[in-house]
Amino acid sequence: MFESVLVANRGEIARRVIASARRLGIRAIAVYSEADADLPYVAEADQAVLIGPAAPASSYLDRDAILAAARATAAQAIHPGYGFLAENPEFAASVLTAGFIWIGPSPESMAQMGDKINARNLMERAGVPVSAGTREPVADVQAALAAADQIGYPVMIKASAGGGGIGMTAAADSGQLTAGFETARTRAERFFGNPAILLERYVERARHVEVQILGLPDGRVLALGERDCSVQRRHQKVAEETPSPGVSPQLRARMLAAASQAGEAVSYLGAGTVECLVDVDAQDFMFLEMNTRLQVEHPVTELVTGIDLVEQQFLIAAGEPITFDPAHVTSNGHAIELRIYAEDSKRFLPSPGLIEEWVEPAGPGIRVDAGYRSGNRVTPYYDPLLAKLCVHGTDRTQALDRAAAAAAAFGISGPKTNLQFHAELLESAEFRSGDYDTSLVSRLRP
Amino acid sequence: MAEVRAEMVANVWKVVAAEGESVADGDTLVILESMKMEIPVVAEDSGTITRLAVAEGDVVQEGDLIAVIE
Repeated sequence: MFESVLVANRGEIARRVIASARRLGIRAIAVYSEADADLPYVAEADQAVLIGPAAPASSYLDRDAILAAARATAAQAIHPGYGFLAENPEFAASVLTAGFIWIGPSPESMAQMGDKINARNLMERAGVPVSAGTREPVADVQAALAAADQIGYPVMIKASAGGGGIGMTAAADSGQLTAGFETARTRAERFFGNPAILLERYVERARHVEVQILGLPDGRVLALGERDCSVQRRHQKVAEETPSPGVSPQLRARMLAAASQAGEAVSYLGAGTVECLVDVDAQDFMFLEMNTRLQVEHPVTELVTGIDLVEQQFLIAAGEPITFDPAHVTSNGHAIELRIYAEDSKRFLPSPGLIEEWVEPAGPGIRVDAGYRSGNRVTPYYDPLLAKLCVHGTDRTQALDRAAAAAAAFGISGPKTNLQFHAELLESAEFRSGDYDTSLVSRLRP
Repeated sequence: MAEVRAEMVANVWKVVAAEGESVADGDTLVILESMKMEIPVVAEDSGTITRLAVAEGDVVQEGDLIAVIE
């Protein structure tokens, strides 16, 4: 095993990775921007390096600053977390060229999956079901209209280089497609530096279900169960659970097999996620995209399997055996993650500010992955995730009840939070029934 | 006269309207960006923009003046 790891990220995920590193006796090195000097992850690392001002482009996205910090601290490995540079194959390649261990898949696998059009085509060839959609970038509105006629409305307009739900727009007819296409292109260019757009059939009564995969050095790709991520606002996840209440055992078996196949098609190494749409009525699924990194919602998988996914990432990157027997992975009980965002509970608008009070819930089955503590300032420069409140129960009912009690006991004052929204979600008949889809939040907040 | 103020700390990403322009209720004046989200600031009344107090790249605090519509 390597002796030191630099975590090229911030907030809760930096803290999460640092915790596993320290538990395993690996020296953990944090990097931070001027805005983040007081956050818990900086204090908890063995060493911390200031890499630049608040703006992400000058700090967490500054490849040279991160590599310089790794050299200065004699780090042996680099863990990218999620977001920022985590899915950037050029960065991964420069990490390897500079002689560090990259904790993630090869830059080649990342590049193959990073472009959504390419990923769709590759998956289709590998025999993984994909939704009806374009096989090459859509050049202009005329081409989009022609493609949509083939695919059938409604369609989803997506940035090929995109992620995190940013820049995705659904169009119900040609008027909406015409209106939305240029906006989508502009955003794709601005956020991802690549204006390529694809269109996909938009499934209305769909669940968003993903499979955790783990690629081993011997070429096997394990599928460690699914996560239901259908609770979304603005196409971004708000709560996740495993197992998915909308997936039958038969469908689960097919999805897990397809996810392994998808990973093997790109020689995937380490932790990754295969995201799918599940057509609730048809009990069928389609490949959406692969995330070539640790996922925000990985804790729910950890809670039901008892596997530390970050530890497996370290072991795989070091070329050592994983800690569990792939033939005997069991899933126990039910786990739910609530993303606690610095945003109001009604309109979900961002609310940065000084955290005056921060009291985390505790108790059986409760895990809090937090990026902040009281006295910290939440700044407008980064995403609004404050913490992930994760709960584990022997069954879904117990998990729901524990989640409701824990959400009520979470005390945050200062920035507005979506805790009230979560309380309503956990009480709603639709969520409690398990029979919900990606439109749930818009029904709760019409 | 209506004053349009920022609802939160944010960066001014785009200034869509200009001083002297007439706007209708619901027209976008500027687009703010905070926590990786674009937030359009819209006119809540129709009239003429007599003052536009922000420029692209500015940082606004909660309550800061963005525009005056008369």
